[in-house]
Amino acid sequence: MSAPHSPLDVDRVRKDFPILERRLAGDHPLVYLDSANTSQKPTAVLDALAEHYTQHNANVARAVHQLGEESTAAYEGARDKIAALIKAPSRDEIIFTKNASEALNLVAHTLASGLAEDPRYRLGPGDEIVVTEMEHHSNIVPWQLAAQRTGAAFRWFGLTDEGRLDLSTIGELINERTKIVSLVHQSNSLGTVNDVATVVARAREVGALVLLDGSQSVPHQPIDVTELGVDLLAFTGHKMVGPTGIGVLWGRRDVLDALPPFLGGGEMIETVAMTGSTFAPIPHKFEAGTPPIAQAIGLGAAVDYLTGVGLDRIHEHEQALTAYALDQLNAVDGVRIIGPNSMESRGGTVSFVVDGVHPHDVGQLLDEQGVAVRVGHHCARPVCVRYGIPATTRASFYLYTTFDEIDAMAAGLQQVKRFFG
Amino acid sequence: MSDSLYQEIILDHYKHPHGRGLREPFGGEAHHVNPTCGDEITVRVELDGSTITDVSYDGQGCSISQASASVLHELLTGRTVEDAFAVDKTFTELMQGRGQVEPDEDVLGDGIAFAGVAKYPARVKCALLSWMAFKDATARALTGAGPISKESR
Repeated sequence: MSAPHSPLDVDRVRKDFPILERRLAGDHPLVYLDSANTSQKPTAVLDALAEHYTQHNANVARAVHQLGEESTAAYEGARDKIAALIKAPSRDEIIFTKNASEALNLVAHTLASGLAEDPRYRLGPGDEIVVTEMEHHSNIVPWQLAAQRTGAAFRWFGLTDEGRLDLSTIGELINERTKIVSLVHQSNSLGTVNDVATVVARAREVGALVLLDGSQSVPHQPIDVTELGVDLLAFTGHKMVGPTGIGVLWGRRDVLDALPPFLGGGEMIETVAMTGSTFAPIPHKFEAGTPPIAQAIGLGAAVDYLTGVGLDRIHEHEQALTAYALDQLNAVDGVRIIGPNSMESRGGTVSFVVDGVHPHDVGQLLDEQGVAVRVGHHCARPVCVRYGIPATTRASFYLYTTFDEIDAMAAGLQQVKRFFG
Repeated sequence: MSDSLYQEIILDHYKHPHGRGLREPFGGEAHHVNPTCGDEITVRVELDGSTITDVSYDGQGCSISQASASVLHELLTGRTVEDAFAVDKTFTELMQGRGQVEPDEDVLGDGIAFAGVAKYPARVKCALLSWMAFKDATARALTGAGPISKESR
């Protein structure tokens, strides 16, 4: 098999990521196929972090001195960049959180708090919450807790044998009692890209909110929140070449305005009296305390980097890589893909099992050859339960992944089979 | 390849496990799960006075966790509870020794093959899973209590 064409000059891209030069134990070059777990960081992002701390460090939105103004401008500038990235109608709709989990928890917690004035934003007995069986635990557990606290029912879409949402029951599952549907855009374990439009259309019919977990999609394809038609979108910085410690919740202005505050503290208030407080308008209503300033600025640099390369080109590159990887994996006897085994509506994350070899052993032996993959249930245990397997091995790709690296994984799998054969 | 982690002895026990399968009668049973990887094991212990007359087990998981259960069966069946707990302590110390503890073959037999695992913090729990379940099952057998199920952390 010859490597197909990619629209990216990957050799050039790789020069922007110093860690890709690493040699591992045994002098193996690093083959990093774990970007769905966390992505590597380009020099531009590392420099932005260092420049902030060495030149501009100050707290935001409260200092009148020059450093404070510079820091605030950079922090708010990052918000502008992220708004532009996902084509948000307003920069005020971008809420910085510490990660995607916190963004998802923010929505679940505020809906469950019962503090919203408008009953559409209060969960209670008789209401229903709908998720899917392919969610990351961070989009399951907050809703289970919300259901426990409020008496709302917790329901979910099942999965088809080939790793897609079973939408056959959508008419019953999303109904007049449904308050919110929270689903993943691209599955972190299966790679499936979900049919968001169908879910949004049904949710609109019954007046339910739609929250989309874009942790695995925003880093990899152009996103337009208006086109998607969802009400809320959560994603995280560290999977999109940004730093850890920074995530984003986008929401339509009317939705964010209607939700009560999440965490209380500095910066989220309008005025505080011992008899009661009023709150700042969005986005600051949801950003209590000193935010992750450097991390937000780093994420802004990451967005600049990704848009500089071009998310459409990154997406095209990953599609080519994934098609190649599916071919290579299907060619290894005893390897079975868990999830869509075609390029239809799927992204660059491929889970598989190797007959007779536990994923932990697969991962360990690949690691000894310098190939870094993830093994386990990928914080999406119900997916493994659904397919009757204890765990999977998962390879995930990004803009710096090469076809040679997929060859290295395939060669590594042959070694694994020989070793345990 | 894999000189330090995947010793031939471990692969042997993985491919040809000794004493695998849950048996009757048993005085105590424990089911342990490693929540980070989903490995699980059920261990049953049968006592005759203070002597362990059988250790039976069944489970699913990586080669390390399953081979370790096989070695456990071989090492501890026929011993007194006191002896078995002493071996268990030695094995646990070896596994938690970060590769700095010299294994004692007289005490641990095939268990010394796991010395290399101690250098891989992520895999130590795999090796200890059945041993922790064994301790629980034995405690249940000693007190005549029913089965216990829990997650190992």
